[in-house]
Amino acid sequence: MYNKNTAIIKNDEVMPGHWLLCLDSPDIARAASPGQFLHVRCSRTLDPLLRRPLSIYCADRERGRVYILYRAAGRGTALLAGMRPGDRLDVMGPLGKGYTLPSPGRSVAVIGGGIGAAPLFFLLSEIKAIYSGRLENVAVFLGAATGELLLASQTAALGFSPYTATDDGTVGFKGSVIDLYIDTNGSKVDRIYACGPPPMLKSLSRALGPDIRAEVSVEERMGCGVGACLSCVCKVREGAGEEFRYAHVCKDGPVFSIQDLFF
Amino acid sequence: MNLQVNIGGIKMKNPVATASGTFGLGREYSGFVDLNRLGAVVIKGTTLLPRLGNPAPRIAETPAGLLNAIGLENPGVEAVVEQYLPFLRQFDVPVIVNIAGDTVEDYARLAQRLDRQVGVAGLEVNISCPNVKKGGMLFGSDPDSAAEVIRGVRASTSLPVIAKLSPNVTSIAAVAESVAQAGADALSLINTLLGMAIDIRSKRPVLGNIMGGLSGPAVKPVALRAVWQVFRAVKIPILGMGGIASGEDALQFIMAGAGAVAVGTANFINPAATIDVLKGIEDYMEENNILDINDLVGAAHR
Repeated sequence: MYNKNTAIIKNDEVMPGHWLLCLDSPDIARAASPGQFLHVRCSRTLDPLLRRPLSIYCADRERGRVYILYRAAGRGTALLAGMRPGDRLDVMGPLGKGYTLPSPGRSVAVIGGGIGAAPLFFLLSEIKAIYSGRLENVAVFLGAATGELLLASQTAALGFSPYTATDDGTVGFKGSVIDLYIDTNGSKVDRIYACGPPPMLKSLSRALGPDIRAEVSVEERMGCGVGACLSCVCKVREGAGEEFRYAHVCKDGPVFSIQDLFF
Repeated sequence: MNLQVNIGGIKMKNPVATASGTFGLGREYSGFVDLNRLGAVVIKGTTLLPRLGNPAPRIAETPAGLLNAIGLENPGVEAVVEQYLPFLRQFDVPVIVNIAGDTVEDYARLAQRLDRQVGVAGLEVNISCPNVKKGGMLFGSDPDSAAEVIRGVRASTSLPVIAKLSPNVTSIAAVAESVAQAGADALSLINTLLGMAIDIRSKRPVLGNIMGGLSGPAVKPVALRAVWQVFRAVKIPILGMGGIASGEDALQFIMAGAGAVAVGTANFINPAATIDVLKGIEDYMEENNILDINDLVGAAHR
């Protein structure tokens, strides 16, 4: 889908350096699934030139609204942070292949690092619906640099009780969310869902046994968003050894099975 | 109003094509653009054997521009013929296959494989890719080696042959003259400009391939100049490209001498860029009472 004139309902700084964007788009809300992204034009001029891929934070299908939680990290997202309710946004999406949703009752762990927790919030709200609110088999692990950047209260509002880790130790476990996961979760789960910075995914990959299925979301510099320009590649395993092929994050991902990736 | 053009034997219903490398193998943007409305679809550079392409990062954004070093990732000519052309045959649009090789023989064999292939309207011979170690731009930087490739292709196919030229040369007109003499039916210009970017935090080049090709609005004046010079040097038609994002951009190329234009990087920013460019051309013609687009070709020289 492509709409040059998607109305902005809200765009507020909800955590230091992080904005929550609400778009009026029943079509996207209906079509979106967790782990997918929107390809957004942040500039009205030719500089910065490219769109920015932003993962979907949640979709309110009843009200036809889509939310994106983003960090104003560079020039594009800084321009986006300057947009106001009523402004129109040029949006392509939802794009990409998201997470495979679990069947009801399966035990899962959901692990988010930093702003990487944003798409997992969408996943958690879908899991809550699939599990009819019976969430005892869902363990949520959130990590962030500081306590104020944790999405703990948002996750708790959905009915989950997240385990938390911060780099500075001000809230929860002091250290990485993967160390927290290893410390806490002795028992095996059927599936892990994760999103976060590359070092986090790397340590998750090392920590996992070979028989645990894990789906992780990957980032790479992206051009077109639809698989045409072949820019956003990541290596995926081809056979047993070190052989690889390039997958395209925008189309084959952004969610991949962790066993297929190289770290 | 007549929008039909003929680029070296390829009949296009309007003068707006897609630029190779920015439109995949046709299917990727088909949900955003009605391919039937395009003048031509030029698909991604195709080689004899599949190619993996270069390591990431493959792109870097620059002011109003884009550096890329994809490295001709493609599934190989057999897969293109068997798996991708059938999809494109559903549409009423000429398909031009961009071909690239390491050797003169590679190009000739590609031309042979694609000759008389249903659904292929012409070949764009890529002697200008800056992102591969062998072939590519090495051929296109010298008038003699460029001509050698074109002669090889010419002898291997009855399809219209378009030579895609590099701007990274001292005299693009000299290369154009040479390939025209070697039997090219038309010219595509320009391919990307060789460039690079450095990340001051890591103190390393941004691109995995170190250098890449610059495209986008930033290169438009260079491309326009190339079209202008080549139009004066040769008689064969020119498919002009390089930073075209609007009808006005396209009209500038046409007035400089392009018989048709291709929209490239702009597709990434606006998936309907080709259609917007076409509408811009139509609006201009209507407002200025121009009945035939061909009357505007080279208008700036008169």
